[in-house]
Amino acid sequence: MRRLKPLVFLLCLAPLLWLLWKGWRQDLGANPIEFITHATGDWTLRFLVITLSITPLRKLSGIGQFIVFRRMLGLFAFFYGCLHFTTYIWLDKFFDFPEMLKDVGKRPFITAGFTGFALMIPLAITSTAGWIRRLGGKRWQLLHRLVYISALAGVVHYYWLVKSDVRLPLLYGAMVLLLLSYRLAVTVRRTRRLPASARLS
Amino acid sequence: MLIRRGAEIPESLVTPKSVYVNRRKFLAAGAALIGAGAPPLSGATRLGPLVKSPFSTDEKPTPYRDVTTYNNFYEFGTQKNQPAELAKNFKTIPWTISVEGAVAKPRVYDLDAVLKMAPLEERIYRHRCVEGWSIVVPWIGFPLNALIKQVEPTSKAKFVAFQTLYDPKQMPAGKWAGIPLPYVEGLRMDEAMHPLALLSVGMYGEILPNQNGAPVRLVIPWKYGFKSIKSIVRIKFVEKQPPSTWNLQNSREYGFYSNVNPAVDHPRWSQATERRLGEFFKRKTLLFNGYGDQVAGLYAGMDLKKYY
Repeated sequence: MRRLKPLVFLLCLAPLLWLLWKGWRQDLGANPIEFITHATGDWTLRFLVITLSITPLRKLSGIGQFIVFRRMLGLFAFFYGCLHFTTYIWLDKFFDFPEMLKDVGKRPFITAGFTGFALMIPLAITSTAGWIRRLGGKRWQLLHRLVYISALAGVVHYYWLVKSDVRLPLLYGAMVLLLLSYRLAVTVRRTRRLPASARLS
Repeated sequence: MLIRRGAEIPESLVTPKSVYVNRRKFLAAGAALIGAGAPPLSGATRLGPLVKSPFSTDEKPTPYRDVTTYNNFYEFGTQKNQPAELAKNFKTIPWTISVEGAVAKPRVYDLDAVLKMAPLEERIYRHRCVEGWSIVVPWIGFPLNALIKQVEPTSKAKFVAFQTLYDPKQMPAGKWAGIPLPYVEGLRMDEAMHPLALLSVGMYGEILPNQNGAPVRLVIPWKYGFKSIKSIVRIKFVEKQPPSTWNLQNSREYGFYSNVNPAVDHPRWSQATERRLGEFFKRKTLLFNGYGDQVAGLYAGMDLKKYY
């Protein structure tokens, strides 16, 4: 499994290479900046969904080794999120920070998107082995549950931004909810199996 | 090493794409127009002769390819690139427009009658979408008021209601549009009579491509693009303000008037700037899309924040 890591890494870069290739060919359509914004946003959400799938995939398949990809996939979600955010501050707002702050406060869909992105920053920083050690496994895990909120915020961001056709945002929403409810179900079952005394403590 | 190139077709025998694409359109257009009187069509799909209009801007028209591959026409899909593909086989011949309601002379016009209604003009207009992008389009058409005068509205005609064709068989994507269909729009009578309000049958010297609202659409350059209703089949003169599709879908976000106004934000995004397709930097959006000198009088004394 570990040997596959370079291959998965390259696969994760493919959307960026595809975007660069299309840009080079001047094939980004009539509104290239919008195309880049949408593509990087789509891939952020996709990588969040893929990252959230790793735990259920491990448990359901019984192949625990899938864990070796999780950090990389999560960091790629952050990577595409950075590209998405950069497109916004540079190509949409041209570094007009007062205007951006107004946006974050005034436009709910920007608020949601910004929240989702901001919550990924501490997760990216603490993704190293050193930080896991420093925080301790339990606390680290608790912190990294922020990714659930990040994914939900991403879906809300998408849902609030489309004009009328909500099929895709709902599809992403359904996937995220499914992945989160799996975790909830597992937790509930585990708590039930514990003896009453342990539950009380 | 010998490289054999024997089977290649000489360049001179290859039909350029523009020719065979136009030939198809020509066959279709010809079938309907032959025998229907002298159409103002000079070539295959070219329209002419065209009168130049003093209302034209001298700004550079947006490339044809951008205007025909980046469309909002939800009956043919909600993604911008979909209408060019999904409207390919849209049948616009034969076509009729029913003009009815509070008029002395209601009438059903066929396309040929529309084309002969008034001298065709070329008008290069700015076009601003509510989503924050804009284009410059050399439209072909004539003032909507030419049609209105023909049917002689009565004193009860205070508004004009327009309706787009909705044929679920030809527009299967329509059921996912997320907006009520058929698409409807409306104008106040004085807006409809304004000389800038254009009934358009073509652009860039040719008939309208399907994805741009063939065969007949409205172009109201001082309002957001969605007011410029496409593929019109019905025009009705009414006493009360008629419904308009985006207003029905979300009245807080899309008003009946929907005049371009940088000072009145869409609740979800700013309308202060726009991106002209083909340009890198955004430009400032102008009140009434820069047509204030001509149309501001229509709204004298009205609170544009209230009547957005």
